Amino acid sequence: MSEAIKKFMYVNRKAPYGTVYALESLEVVLIGAAFDQDVSMAFMDDGVFQLTKGQDTGDTGVKNFSPTYKALGDYDVNKLYVEKESLEERGLSLDDLMPLTYEDEDDDWNEKPSIKLVSRSELTDLMEEQDVLMNF
Amino acid sequence: MKFGVVVLEGPYTHEAADTAYQFTKAALEKGHEVFRVFFYHDGVNNGTRLTTPPQDDRNIVTRWSELGEEHGLDLVVCVAAAQRRGIVDADEAKRNGKDADNIAPSFRISGLGQLIEAGIQSDRLLVFGD
Repeated sequence: MSEAIKKFMYVNRKAPYGTVYALESLEVVLIGAAFDQDVSMAFMDDGVFQLTKGQDTGDTGVKNFSPTYKALGDYDVNKLYVEKESLEERGLSLDDLMPLTYEDEDDDWNEKPSIKLVSRSELTDLMEEQDVLMNF
Repeated sequence: MKFGVVVLEGPYTHEAADTAYQFTKAALEKGHEVFRVFFYHDGVNNGTRLTTPPQDDRNIVTRWSELGEEHGLDLVVCVAAAQRRGIVDADEAKRNGKDADNIAPSFRISGLGQLIEAGIQSDRLLVFGD
């Protein structure tokens, strides 16, 4: 029984800590990766902080789950769209984000960046293409 | 049309839980199919039978249970989110050595795969949250 593959986009809008949304969103993405759908993630608003380098939760007693994002490439989750305006509004640039990569099986397993900077209007177009949008 | 419904917020604090219920009820009354209602984040708190709201207020949990029973709705609480927040059925209570369970009638506890499946199987997946 084969079914058409759907386009799933997980939209992350909240900071990594302060609320549990980011952590539990990542859990959905990791489980969802087993279903062989066309998966992408979007990071906008404070959600862009989820990908920042050097996260340190040591004094808060909250688990630093940022290393988990580095595993996404191994799960074939390699389209991480980061909204450029959200980054800029927060004084961030691509250099502030973790260098997340994946190995491209269609290109001799070359290592490629998973993070793609897109403008607000480009992200709108990408959302338009999706079958399933989950907002966290 | 076949809908999947996702509830991300708990009862009473966030209106999302009410809106999700009202949508689900309206869709069923219009003759649509609701493949599944999936409860995640604090939304799992919609599934504890121990809530006792004031008598002049709506009982959000009972409302879901009754809708579930009436329409054979699949009301699924995410196990990982439920464990964090103390929503437990008899099996989970036994497995984790708890002295009680609190899952409401018509609800069941299962994994996140059920959420992804709802996305795949439904014509539209509606997410109710903040």
